[in-house]
Amino acid sequence: MASATKKRGVGPVIWDYMTTVDHKKIAILYLIAGGFFFALGGIEAMLIRIQLAVPNNDFLSAGLFNEVITMHGTTMIFLAAMPLLFAFMNATVPLQIGARDVAFPFLNSLGVWLFIFGGIFLNLSWFMGGAPDAGWTSYASLSIKSPGHGIDFYALGLQIAGAGTLISGINFVTTIISMRAPGMTYMRMPLMTWTTLVASVLIVFAFPPLTIGLFLLTFDRMFGSSFFLVETGGNTIIWEHLFWIFGHPEVYILILPAFGIFSEIFATFARKRLFGYSAMVFATVLIGFFGFMVWAHHMFTVGLGPTANAIFSVATMAIAVPTGIKIFNWIFTIWGGSIEFTTPMLYALAFIPSFVMGGVTGIMQAAAPADYQYHDSYFIVAHFHYVIVGGVVFGLLAGLHYYWPLMFGTMLSEKLGKISFVLFVAGFHMTFLIQHFLGLWGMPRRVFTYLDGQGYNTSNMISTVGALMMAVAVIILLINIIITVAKNQKVGRDPWGDGRTLEWSLPLPVPHYNFAQTPLIRGLDAYWIEKKENDGKMMPAESLDDFHMPNNSIIPFVISLGLFVAAFGALHFASGKEWAIDAVSDLPQHPWALWVLILGLAIVFISMGVRSWKDDLGYYVTKEEVLKDLEEQERGAK
Amino acid sequence: MKNRWMNAKWIGLISVLMVFLSGCGKNHLSTLRPAGEVGQEQFNLMLLSIIIMILVILVVVVLFTFALTKSRRSKVGEDFEPKDVAGNHTLEVIWTSIPILLLIILAIPTIYFTFKQADTQAMETEDGELNSEEVIVNVTAHQYWWEFEYPNQEVVTSQELVVPTDTKVYFNLHGADVKHSFWVPAAGGKMDTNIDGINSFYLVFDDEKAQDSERLFNGKCAELCGPSHALMDFKVKALPQEEYDQWLADMKAVEEPAQASADDAAEGQGIFNNSCIGCHAVTPQGAGAQGPNLANFGDRDLIAGYLEHNKENLVDWISDPESLKPGNKMTGAYDLSEEEIDKVAEYLMGLNVEEGSGDVSALEEDDEESSEEDSSEEGGN
Repeated sequence: MASATKKRGVGPVIWDYMTTVDHKKIAILYLIAGGFFFALGGIEAMLIRIQLAVPNNDFLSAGLFNEVITMHGTTMIFLAAMPLLFAFMNATVPLQIGARDVAFPFLNSLGVWLFIFGGIFLNLSWFMGGAPDAGWTSYASLSIKSPGHGIDFYALGLQIAGAGTLISGINFVTTIISMRAPGMTYMRMPLMTWTTLVASVLIVFAFPPLTIGLFLLTFDRMFGSSFFLVETGGNTIIWEHLFWIFGHPEVYILILPAFGIFSEIFATFARKRLFGYSAMVFATVLIGFFGFMVWAHHMFTVGLGPTANAIFSVATMAIAVPTGIKIFNWIFTIWGGSIEFTTPMLYALAFIPSFVMGGVTGIMQAAAPADYQYHDSYFIVAHFHYVIVGGVVFGLLAGLHYYWPLMFGTMLSEKLGKISFVLFVAGFHMTFLIQHFLGLWGMPRRVFTYLDGQGYNTSNMISTVGALMMAVAVIILLINIIITVAKNQKVGRDPWGDGRTLEWSLPLPVPHYNFAQTPLIRGLDAYWIEKKENDGKMMPAESLDDFHMPNNSIIPFVISLGLFVAAFGALHFASGKEWAIDAVSDLPQHPWALWVLILGLAIVFISMGVRSWKDDLGYYVTKEEVLKDLEEQERGAK
Repeated sequence: MKNRWMNAKWIGLISVLMVFLSGCGKNHLSTLRPAGEVGQEQFNLMLLSIIIMILVILVVVVLFTFALTKSRRSKVGEDFEPKDVAGNHTLEVIWTSIPILLLIILAIPTIYFTFKQADTQAMETEDGELNSEEVIVNVTAHQYWWEFEYPNQEVVTSQELVVPTDTKVYFNLHGADVKHSFWVPAAGGKMDTNIDGINSFYLVFDDEKAQDSERLFNGKCAELCGPSHALMDFKVKALPQEEYDQWLADMKAVEEPAQASADDAAEGQGIFNNSCIGCHAVTPQGAGAQGPNLANFGDRDLIAGYLEHNKENLVDWISDPESLKPGNKMTGAYDLSEEEIDKVAEYLMGLNVEEGSGDVSALEEDDEESSEEDSSEEGGN
């Protein structure tokens, strides 16, 4: 099978990816789409920094600036960071637990296509009357008032992409609970798997509030309901609660898998097992648990009263404890180890001080009365970029270099990787460190310009230059990727030489069925144990035999396409209607909107029907086929 | 000996921090130059948290650097096989309990000030009436301007908040169209102006600090509220109590729109009365108007909340508000020729409230009267 895929034209390859249910190919889809949106969000970030480089700048108009910041935030969180993490979760987790695929391969494919179509829909707003402009938080009073369809693109696009995320979350929870190889007990799971599990549980609980909030917003804008219309008895604070009940766990959904990636990297390149493994697992679970109890610290200035503010202050401070445990455990992992400074390890090492700085400003904000000053100022902008860039993006870049051979069978250039590392980290600190001070000097966030003579000029210029360095670093990374893909120099099993966890025991490229025989897990760092105590080969837990694999399917793609089509109907449904809210009642009427909505939903339900009533039993990989592959690998190794 | 050295070290650290922090920012708009009790308390809390956090960063960085330098592969050698350590209970307990202790140190003042700064009971008398003894301002935020009403004196102004120094100034905050946030960085933290209800808090302005910044502080909108969010600035004029009382009395004394004296201005007044008065009042009464109250427009420090106060800017603003504040509600609400705009501007620049025209004692009597009324009502009950 693997050899058959080698010599095919572009068309069949694209068809293969459109229909694939293989978690490794889905990981590549997530990586490509997420990478594309990351570049898009990055360009938006550069536009923001250019506009703010000098006072009274008119590079972007006020309205356009608000669209750019909204799309920058939304794109980076929902369409770049999360999908890129899903890329690495898909690429590693089934391999780390010794599974041949995820629990629901069909849903896995549905998840990625929903995300891609949702993302495309959201970004089409640029060409169809203007992007959303109420900030990535889209607070209800402003988002209800925002004229045109920008906010509808936001609500519908995120609804579709969010459904994909929720589905993927359910899939990972099930996979990790039920598909572990014999011997892979919970307390032997690699940290990447643990953090994926906890993040997926968070997704399962955190995304429904967002779904509800988005539905209420859509109903207000689409059917003229009044959940958030104060003059007809609605309440806008409800949106803030729903958004942050989702939004705060979302931060942990992002950071926990990044923690997982770092944990793997520290252990690998320090040649030492993770210090305090059980404390790390405990801390991960605790962070996930606390993550749900602190959402109102985003709302200290809303006027919830001193009791609520005090409770959420203290709860927020409590999160520092498990996070601190993690930081110290990482330091003691490298302590007394043998550190090799590879590019992923450099990102991981740079992460520790950067993330600690982001973390401590988080604690500073937990002190509610002080937060009255920080809130909605550039201090906040600095803080969350320190944790999201210094934590999540460093994690993604580290993961990209670290897992690249696992995903593509080649190695990214270490030299270019290090150049881009230096530029990125230096640019990052230059961009965001100074923003703490801008905030303290009274500069509010989300301002499209600032007046001269307030003492903000130099600092903003420094920040812009830093952002430029980050952009150059990303361009170098892209060049690195292009060169690596063009050269296509294949590497073999365990390319870093110090792989500890199960995924590195596999031959590269990983066969489509992952494991010829399900391995037996004898402890934490399963592959390392076999390398040190045995011949470096995983012991099989079953005899070589035929096994079952799922069939490819185009249906997930079609379902997502159907929702994409339906969204256009929903978008224009209220345009020009008498009963609609002011924001859309002046627009021209579109009588076809209802029919497009019905057509889209028909596509969805018919494809779901086909999936339900048509039996798809998958196929068997035969023993002979596997034996042939094993022989080939043997020959390749020699 | 050691103790004294430790103390000296702390004092050194704190003073370095103080210099570093308070040496930065403009004193009329920086949170690091607190100009009143509320801002000062918040600043102290910031300092406490910064000191604790710098301590944490130092510990982490020292451990990290040490681990990094001593465990490089180039140093320990290619063949060195690190000992696998599962963990260490003592260490785990230490780095769990010390952070908890540090957080308790931070949590106690946090809780104390959270409750202290939320205490606005004095705004109301025991029977739920507005307390006429206190300085109370109703703030209404609009896209993209601010209305300030003094309910005890029934005086309305906009864009330029006037407050007395060295006393608590209580605010009732409300958003008229979308959510905004009321922020005077030098005086203290912000609070949102929700459209759902009214938020209350207080600020204090020190007289000395007010003098340092020429009695003018910058105020800003801190919540994204539309295209011109960045331009929704206002000024806070902090006056000594007597001057503040006089200002209120002067405002109160304006019952009729001031008559323009110069010819151009008089013509301008006519045009204004035809085209503008539907939204803009020129007497300091009538809260809740469509546009900013202009009764003391000539005395203000800014045009449109952020431009220098001169006629040229005013003419520009009236001619094309959209280019100066995108998304504002004034654009297209009137149709005036260039000449007419010039005359209206002339008229508006002359809208001063005469200093000393009002009778302060009358204001006080008013207050007493109303409080007497209150007490008689109380008696009736």
